Amino acid sequence: MLKKIVILLFVTCFACFNTVFAAESGGMPQLNPEFWISQIFWLIITFGILFIVLTKVILPKISDNLETRKSQILENIETADKQKEESQKKIDEYEKIILDSKLKAKSYFNEAREKILDDINKKRAALEKDLDEEISEVEKELSDLKQKSGEKINKIAAETSAELIKELIGEEVNSSSIAAIVGDESKINRERKDV
Amino acid sequence: MASNPMYQFNVYRIGPEIKLGSVDISFTNASLFMVISSLAILIIFNLGAKKKTLIPDKLQLLSELSYSFVAKMISDTAGSKAKPYFSFIFSLFMFVLFCNMFGMIPYAFTVTSHIIVTFVLAAFIFIGVTIIGFMKHGLGYLKLFVPSGVPMVLLPLIVVIEIISYLSRPISLSVRLFANMMAGHTMMKVFGGFVISLGIVGGWLPLSFSVALTGLEILVAFLQAYVFAILTCIYLNDALNLHH
Repeated sequence: MLKKIVILLFVTCFACFNTVFAAESGGMPQLNPEFWISQIFWLIITFGILFIVLTKVILPKISDNLETRKSQILENIETADKQKEESQKKIDEYEKIILDSKLKAKSYFNEAREKILDDINKKRAALEKDLDEEISEVEKELSDLKQKSGEKINKIAAETSAELIKELIGEEVNSSSIAAIVGDESKINRERKDV
Repeated sequence: MASNPMYQFNVYRIGPEIKLGSVDISFTNASLFMVISSLAILIIFNLGAKKKTLIPDKLQLLSELSYSFVAKMISDTAGSKAKPYFSFIFSLFMFVLFCNMFGMIPYAFTVTSHIIVTFVLAAFIFIGVTIIGFMKHGLGYLKLFVPSGVPMVLLPLIVVIEIISYLSRPISLSVRLFANMMAGHTMMKVFGGFVISLGIVGGWLPLSFSVALTGLEILVAFLQAYVFAILTCIYLNDALNLHH
């Protein structure tokens, strides 16, 4: 309010100065109304043209530019976000594939291991069976041989002792009694060995 | 005659005398600088608006920054309802700014240093704003003169003061711009005259003053254009959004 009053005072001061110094220096050219109408006329024309051209031609272009830039930037941000999401998806997929393949590799490895272990076990079992069979066969043969050899030894012993007795005494002894004696002797020997 | 600091404000006829009936509408130096300012604005902004690149070049950046500067000024002071008046306020701001700035060129004429020019602009704004106010609010616009929360005893006085303040708007608006421009240019001329009269010995002090004043005047030239535009926005705000 005060400002306005001061400004009004200024105007009156200007007017006063103008009248006071009018005679001396010609006063303020601003207050000389000679070209007022011309100034108003040309102001309306120039400002009018400026206003119309700016409104109809130039400002819409600038606002269009700003709008398109804004929308383009938003669009770009959107596509960037989309691409980011896609790449994230791809990364996830890739990691999943790697994880899967790792798991698969592990399972293959385990399968192979089990297979091999199975094979080994089977082969070992077969081998052990074979070995057992052979061992038992050999053992049987051995025991057969033992039995047979004992009889044979007894026979040989009986024969040799019969021969010896024949040489010594010059007389034939009943072979069955000799055999009995030899059998007794060999039995005693065997028992001794066992003890 | 040229040493008179007021001489620079003289208006003189350029070319033949043009008469519309009995009225003299001759082309003067003032008209010339109005045309120059308008053309400069149109050329600069047209060049700035022509290219539609995503990354703006210098002129485009200038025009777009001015656009957003004025748009922000309007939306800050008068709100979103003032959007239809954007182009008028933009033209007004640019016209006043360019006239002020062209006035800073030596030997140039300052259009806005003439009360008649600023008064016509201010009166147009005043009448326009008043019409807008009555169109938007009807007779309710008169409530502008009755502030709320005022004691009944003081009301007659306040209403009178409000009416006077409202009616003095075009005068204050026009005189502010005109007086600022005239005072600045007169002062520069006076100091320039001191440089000549004091000569090579004593002229350095007013010369440095003159240099400083040039900077100050460029600031004032921008500031007054801004003030002119922002006051228009405030008046428009009063008309569009009735607060009282």
